[in-house]
Amino acid sequence: MPGDIGPGEALAPAWREYWMRGRSSAGFVIGLAVTALLVAVALVSLVWTPYQVDVMDIPVKLQAPSAAHWLGTDQFGRDVLSRLMAGAVNSIAVSLVAVGIGAGLGVPLGALAAARRGIIEEVVMRFNDFTFAFPALLSAVMITAILGPGAVNSIIAIGIFNIPVFARLTRGASLSLWQRDFVLAARVAGKGRTRITAEHILPNIASLLIVQMTIQFALAILAEAGLSYLGLGTQPPAPSWGKMLNEAQTLMYLAPQLAIFPGLAIMGTVLGLNLLGDGLRDLLDPRLRRLR
Amino acid sequence: MAVFLLQRLAAFIVTLLVASLVVFLVMEVLPGDPAALMLGVSARPDTLAALRSEMGLDLPAAQRYLLWLGGLVSGDLGTSYTYGVPVWELVRERIGLSLPLALIAICLSTLIAIPLGVLAAARHNKPADVGVMGFTQLGVAVPNFWFAILLILVFAVHWQVLPAGGFAGWDAGFWPALKTLLLPAVALALPQAAILARVTRSSVLETLGEDYVRTARAKGLTRRAALWRHALRNALIPVVTIMGLQFSFLLAGTIIIENVFYLPGLGRLIFQAIAQRDLIVVKDLVILLAASVVAVNFIVDLLYAVLDPRLRGGGHAG
Repeated sequence: MPGDIGPGEALAPAWREYWMRGRSSAGFVIGLAVTALLVAVALVSLVWTPYQVDVMDIPVKLQAPSAAHWLGTDQFGRDVLSRLMAGAVNSIAVSLVAVGIGAGLGVPLGALAAARRGIIEEVVMRFNDFTFAFPALLSAVMITAILGPGAVNSIIAIGIFNIPVFARLTRGASLSLWQRDFVLAARVAGKGRTRITAEHILPNIASLLIVQMTIQFALAILAEAGLSYLGLGTQPPAPSWGKMLNEAQTLMYLAPQLAIFPGLAIMGTVLGLNLLGDGLRDLLDPRLRRLR
Repeated sequence: MAVFLLQRLAAFIVTLLVASLVVFLVMEVLPGDPAALMLGVSARPDTLAALRSEMGLDLPAAQRYLLWLGGLVSGDLGTSYTYGVPVWELVRERIGLSLPLALIAICLSTLIAIPLGVLAAARHNKPADVGVMGFTQLGVAVPNFWFAILLILVFAVHWQVLPAGGFAGWDAGFWPALKTLLLPAVALALPQAAILARVTRSSVLETLGEDYVRTARAKGLTRRAALWRHALRNALIPVVTIMGLQFSFLLAGTIIIENVFYLPGLGRLIFQAIAQRDLIVVKDLVILLAASVVAVNFIVDLLYAVLDPRLRGGGHAG
């Protein structure tokens, strides 16, 4: 494990050193820049967008990109750029909460399985195997069949799919740490399993978890867009990239540009997050670099 | 080998049973009254009671679960509320589209991914490798439904060489039917190919670093001969596993891609069943799709035993 933190050692890795190394990786820099841009756009849209997001202006409907509307207008004359900006908030919010649910429940479950072993571990791992039988979209379909479509239900569906991912990763990484000398020393010193997990295990697997969160965040953006496209996720009039693509598809012969920009936004975001995740992994565990 | 097979078979059956129980609990116990959902809020109580009795909703939950499970095993999936026909008939009609679509997508993604992955590994850190890795980064990031829309824009709207949607049906002839499945299959295959190419590249690179490959090179084999004769067979083991895991993503992809192209397959059926609150169809299809994912992973486990002789001894079942 890179940067093992034993008792008494400095917890903070040299972030300045990481940054100096990271700057030399083009993928990491591009990924960081794209992700920062996405977050910035989403934050700006909370206080300002070029036009009001939901205000219709039929006389200017389906316009091509122009100086007045940089990315054109949709079938109701709404500004596409403004809706894309507001859609970024929706994508980030849904994905962040979904990954939060996945990590929030998955990490403790995985840590518990590694710390207690025995029947608890068996139950957690069988639960993991079982959830793999249900692709995220299939579980989302089931959940929306019961609860009805909506952003909150898509968060639950994507979140549930994330739980086993984090549980499996945490258990796998923690198991080897439990055999290490510094954990043995902590046990000899009389620390309990919970305290050892909090003070020694989790800090040591934090880098792995951060990388996985970045990757899952990208997958959640894709899943949210897919659900919204199907009409199972975020509901109109709230803007979402998937819904914008769904509406654009019916207008493909009239205004093909409407189908381009939301897709580019999704692809750019996912690409940026994936590059960031890969870059972070290289930085935090250089041994993996050769095989990627 | 026999122990390994039995262990896998037991795990397969247990997973299916648990999955069926969860699907039943979620769909039958949690939601409101399916009969009331079907008849609407203005239904008369006696009509409601008659329908509840006809649907077996007045039986205890455990009995309904067992009846449903028995039905699944014997091939009786019940009758759709909205279509008024046995669910099995609906499935049979639509599987003729969804299964070929999935198979074409798997073949396409394998045909694209394995040569690309091997090429990238053989030309490690050279322009070909960088190009393949760039392709895989894009392939993973592109949402398949957007890629599908782009394909429609180019091939149906702009060039008008392939249909934008719909299914001609196999009765219309092999080529017309295949023509309607081509764009959906490509849209499904791309993200799968990107992931598979990455896994193939990593796996081949890892195998090329093994001692036995080095020994083969020391015996005088060229890099290419060592790759084809020794490395590839072993490198393909993790690739097969990933292909098995990808099957569930492929199914999920089918739900969305069939909707993009308005294809009357299982994915669109499940989607329509939700819109119409036809819970019996949703329940049956979800368990069938989950069962197919578990079955494919079971087959992958068996393939593993064929590809990896260490598993055949019986002692290394993990």
